Amino acid sequence: MAVCIAVIAKENYPLYIRSVPTQNELKFHYTVHTSLDVVEEKISAVGKAMADQRELYLGLLYPTEDYKVYGYVTNSKVKFVIVVDSSNTSLRDNEIRSMFRKLHNSFTDVMCNPFYNPGDTIQSKAFDGMVSAMMVQAS
Amino acid sequence: MLCVQFLWILSEVQTSYIVSSVGHMCLSTVVMAKVLGVTCAGDQSLFTSLYTSLAQQLPKEPMEWRRSYGRAPKMIHLEANFVQFKEELLPKDGNKALLTFPFLHIYWTDCCDTEVYKASVKEDMQRWQNILRLHSSVDWLIVVVESDAKKKNKTNILPRTSIVDKIRNDFCNKQSDRCVVLSDPLKESSRSQESWSSFLTKLRTLLLMSFTKNLGRFEDDMRTLREKRTEPGWSFCDYFMVQEELAFVFEMLQQFEDALVQYDELDALFTQYVLNFGAGDGANWLGSFCAPVRSWNGLLLRRPIDMEKRELIQRGEASLLDLRSYLFSRQCTLLIFLQRPWEVTLRALELLHNCVQELRLLEVSVVPGALDCWVFLSCLEVLHRIEGCCDRSQLEANCSHTVGLWTYATEKLKSLGYLCGLVAENGPTSEDLNRTVDLLAGLGTERPETVNSMQSPYKKLKEALSSVEAFEKHYLELSHAAVEMYRAIGRMRSARLVGKSLAEFYMRKGDPERAEGFLEESLRLYVAEGWSLQVTHTRKQMAECQKLLRQTDDYLQTSALLAGDANLNQEERTHFCQEILSFASQPPGPSDQTVALSMAAFAQLRQLQFSPPGAVVHVGAALQLELRVRCLMPVAVHVGQLAATLHFSLEQGGARGRAGSSQRRPGQGPQGQGDGVVLFPQGSPLSGAGCSLTPALELYEMQDRSPSDSSLNSAGVVCKNVHLLLRRHDSNASLDTPTAGVLPAAVAVDDGAQMLRARDVTLQPGDNSILFTAPTGEPGSYTLRQLCGSVGRVQFVQSHIYPVVQYEVYSQEPQLTIEPLSDNLLAGIPQRVKFTIATGHYSIKKGDALQLSNTDSMPILHSSRCSATILSSTGEHMGERALSIQSSEKVTSISLPPTPPYHTLEFQLEVLCHIPPAPLKLDSERLTNGEVRHRSKSRSHADSAMIHIDQKVSIDCPWSIYSTLISLTFYVPFKAKHTLLSAGRRKYIQVCLQNVSDSNFHLADPVLVERQPTTTVELLSLNAKRQQLVCSQQSLFCLWEMRWAKDLPPCLQCEFSASFVPISALDPPAAFKTYRYEFQLDRVSTLYSVKAEICPASGDKHCRTGTLCGLEVSITRQAEPSETEGEEEESTEIEGLKTTKLMYEVVDNSSNWAVCGKSSGVVSMPVAPSATHRVQMEVMPLFAGHLPFPNIKVFKYLPHSAAQVIQPDTDSCLENDNLSLLDKGLDDQGDTASIRSRGSVHSVGSGEQQREQQRGLPMPRLEPFSPGQVFNWTQGRQVLVLPATDDHVMEVNVT
Repeated sequence: MAVCIAVIAKENYPLYIRSVPTQNELKFHYTVHTSLDVVEEKISAVGKAMADQRELYLGLLYPTEDYKVYGYVTNSKVKFVIVVDSSNTSLRDNEIRSMFRKLHNSFTDVMCNPFYNPGDTIQSKAFDGMVSAMMVQAS
Repeated sequence: MLCVQFLWILSEVQTSYIVSSVGHMCLSTVVMAKVLGVTCAGDQSLFTSLYTSLAQQLPKEPMEWRRSYGRAPKMIHLEANFVQFKEELLPKDGNKALLTFPFLHIYWTDCCDTEVYKASVKEDMQRWQNILRLHSSVDWLIVVVESDAKKKNKTNILPRTSIVDKIRNDFCNKQSDRCVVLSDPLKESSRSQESWSSFLTKLRTLLLMSFTKNLGRFEDDMRTLREKRTEPGWSFCDYFMVQEELAFVFEMLQQFEDALVQYDELDALFTQYVLNFGAGDGANWLGSFCAPVRSWNGLLLRRPIDMEKRELIQRGEASLLDLRSYLFSRQCTLLIFLQRPWEVTLRALELLHNCVQELRLLEVSVVPGALDCWVFLSCLEVLHRIEGCCDRSQLEANCSHTVGLWTYATEKLKSLGYLCGLVAENGPTSEDLNRTVDLLAGLGTERPETVNSMQSPYKKLKEALSSVEAFEKHYLELSHAAVEMYRAIGRMRSARLVGKSLAEFYMRKGDPERAEGFLEESLRLYVAEGWSLQVTHTRKQMAECQKLLRQTDDYLQTSALLAGDANLNQEERTHFCQEILSFASQPPGPSDQTVALSMAAFAQLRQLQFSPPGAVVHVGAALQLELRVRCLMPVAVHVGQLAATLHFSLEQGGARGRAGSSQRRPGQGPQGQGDGVVLFPQGSPLSGAGCSLTPALELYEMQDRSPSDSSLNSAGVVCKNVHLLLRRHDSNASLDTPTAGVLPAAVAVDDGAQMLRARDVTLQPGDNSILFTAPTGEPGSYTLRQLCGSVGRVQFVQSHIYPVVQYEVYSQEPQLTIEPLSDNLLAGIPQRVKFTIATGHYSIKKGDALQLSNTDSMPILHSSRCSATILSSTGEHMGERALSIQSSEKVTSISLPPTPPYHTLEFQLEVLCHIPPAPLKLDSERLTNGEVRHRSKSRSHADSAMIHIDQKVSIDCPWSIYSTLISLTFYVPFKAKHTLLSAGRRKYIQVCLQNVSDSNFHLADPVLVERQPTTTVELLSLNAKRQQLVCSQQSLFCLWEMRWAKDLPPCLQCEFSASFVPISALDPPAAFKTYRYEFQLDRVSTLYSVKAEICPASGDKHCRTGTLCGLEVSITRQAEPSETEGEEEESTEIEGLKTTKLMYEVVDNSSNWAVCGKSSGVVSMPVAPSATHRVQMEVMPLFAGHLPFPNIKVFKYLPHSAAQVIQPDTDSCLENDNLSLLDKGLDDQGDTASIRSRGSVHSVGSGEQQREQQRGLPMPRLEPFSPGQVFNWTQGRQVLVLPATDDHVMEVNVT
């Protein structure tokens, strides 16, 4: 399914980033980081007045030859980025949306943990497990 | 499932499909014409004359086009292509190409002559009709043109039946509208115009009808064909041609939207097939698309229709790229017609990505680099096409749409450059050249459209691949364009990424100067946003760049950061660490200075611990700081010197008192733990600088209360570290967060200041502990400012330490305190007190002594085994020294053992405070000169007030010329009370001794003696001889009987004394001490005795309740009043007899008795021994049982003295006064009346005289006797009272 899943803090530093181990991790970091440009563009495009009603799912941020990068922004401006292999055509918009929803739920659980300090990198095993499940090949 | 998806896509696009047999047609003409086909038969010359106006008029007015399947009606302009009718033009069965399809057949005639009509025209029409019928074409129209000119020529026409009617009759059975008349079409008359208009309307209606009908049929056929796609022989290319025809028709009618939909459907259908193929569901026809790619000449968007490619598709010979290219060129054309150029760019990017994916999916073999060429060319072609249809400002405003293509082209060119060896420093190898030739071959020849253009994508690519220089030029051009565009639209991260790849290019080209700037920019961004992997990666490139540039300082700083970078492996880290160490170990050249690097890269401060933890020490004391440092280097590093500079400030009141309750812990930052530990905040290692940019808010609650009633005025939150938070971010690139190795030129290492220093420390990777000894030479506060570690020529500097770490050094005056060991010091027994000397800055030398002034009341008991304890300032036990104490008459001198400064000397002494013998009535306080002033305070101590004595001691200390006065408070453990008891004439003295202290005592030998012993009185002890235990708060009573031979002295001064010893389980029994209590007894002897008898009523043996009994009181004088007493007692002489006046009173407060009648009276007692006075009274018992006697009181009755003011009042006044004195406790007023009336009767002697006297002495006085002067015999006696006789009815109710 996903080849890279990242959670990025409001200040744009990574809270969590994980990619398929077989591929170059650095490349995904660059891809995710660059996608923040588009995320910011999309958020600001919505405008302030509509900010409370805006949809959290930002859709396809940008495609590259090999990957499709999807974005999602929580109300607290924490960004989720999912990178999907372009050759993986079975994933439609709805599946991506549900992945983000799952990610958001799990992230909310992490934030609810009283021992988690907001702004720290996410170390939660439960969150990690959920991400792993999303990264497993769909076939 | 795939099928369902497929249908979904199609139905979404809402179009029907027409299946038709693939007709061969001449497309170019059709496309040129862009109109509906209409054939013309009949009179050609007539038609030719009308053609111009007809072709002009027909599209002028739009028609409403109602469509099937609920699609919205549209207004369309119809345009027709009129061709001469030929039989070949009519489509044969099953060959219904839509483009060349004749939608309407028109027969033109201007025949107005019946004869002519019958002769030739009708026949011709007949033939025409037959042919049409043969081809089952029902869309025809006969136009009869009438002209006046022609009519005039033919005069023999029959006006009754016109030619039109004939034609209608002959051909139009029920469709009379199939024949229209056009009148005078070439004339400018209203009639002619009217006729034109109705003709055109008819023509349009019929044309549209036919079109709609035939289109519907076409679409139905197309759908049928599409449904057959699962059949083996089905071919996508065939179907493509059919649906494209529909698109063409729409395009002809200017319905670009509909036309685009056709292509989108085809696109989706094809995409789905490719995907299905990828899923293993391959269709046969796809095989042709899987042929190896031989040509990669890119998209061609300059032609409306790329006929070459179309033909390839038609022939089924198109490759995937051909099909995609053709499809996109058509979509592009339509989108540009629709004024949507930006969609073209988006779709282009999607298409290019998609094609690359599809080729991969279909496993089409491609020459390496071929796709890169294709993508590159295509990107540029799209951009050129867009530039061609938009002006400059539009282009600039829509950078965000085109920048993706620019970047993609840049990337592709870059990869081509790498592939063809154009980036290598040495230029391409022969292998690279071969590859280049192969690639260029695949480009084919340049297309005719761009041959003359100087800037065609084709030329660009060819040029770029031709030489290293040309490649560089083009690559840089593209990259810079992309960077500029990204900058313009604010996509800084993307711009930096392109910039970084530019830097990589420059590095490959051996041009580090130009790479540096790009790397620096990127690095700064990644550090600022805390992306550690990128930081590491970029920093590595930076290090390489700096090394090439020989920027030693920067390179070392970067190396330091990399050596401590957890993202690198041990090998790499060690490499960078060795780079620093090898530089550090080089002998410095003459001009070389030391290199200052940031400490943050080298090591992190973890914590600092003070020992002693308070971080407050006296001058010269040892203070150690243990610094925990986490060394980030991968190998052990030997640090020549680790030093922290100190900032010294002379704090106000540096010589403050001993750090007691007001002790502040200076080393406490926000994370201080109160045990002298300062924790340094740690940025999380992963997010690195991203976190350190924004320190956590330190917020404190603030409340503003009004000073008057302390009500809350306002509350708020105060941020304490505003200075850190509001600091400009770019000014942050100081030593704290070294970004690109930018360091201030020289870190000011202040040499003159005081320092914490540790030499030759080897820091192991990980946590290290370094011990510093802090200088404590001068009082004041010391703040740690800068930390600097020197490794050879390299210095690692941390310019400030946060949180603030400081310690304080104080100096202190010597001080002496004396405090009791127990809670309370008890007077009378030896008590231990503790002497504490805090030496402060004074050092006690040999021979120094404390001089205590002696007092009698508090001697100091010293024993030989007295020793002193010396404690250090931290409370450590330093040893015991013997004390020598010498007492002279006036002073006690305590020689102190030598003690160093800032130590504590402690010793204990026993003191004894004598109990003052006199009853402590007055406030008293003992002063040192032996003068005693007592003060009794009633302190609530264990329920009873303890008397305490404040004892002041004056001490001369060796360090001061002044004496120290110290007050000690002692409590007297006992309280004594005495009572005189009488039994007739016998007298007893009772002393009650109460232990008011908390301790228990043994008491022995209670002795009572007269202070001025007279032989007359003998005190006979009635006490036990044994020791008595008196526990806390208990009392001991002692009793003595007084015996005397002759007379009792009027005043008796006694002294009670008892020996006591405290009982304690710990100490051995001590010697008994004596407690003394002095008191004086006055008027001891018994003057009168009072006897009373209660006689039952006459006849009765016992008293009965409710019956009056007689009370006989007899007062007897017992002794002569002594001299002194006589003075007091007013005696009067009446008739030569000396009498004393007494007043008696019978009171019964317990309500046992009712005194009836008189209850009090005054009697005169003769001054003679045993003189007795009897008084009779009546009392009534109110209860049965043994009742105590009523109380009989006797007072001295003193007439007023002459000095007293004579009251103007008379009898009544006196009597009232009397009453008020006497009537207390009496029941009713009635009785008092009787008292007064009988007063004279019972008084001995003349009542009249007494009255006279009372009259003359209006204010007599009553004075009580001293205890013991009147003895009452009836005290404690009881009398039996029986219940009343049985004539009383007792009611008993039984229920």
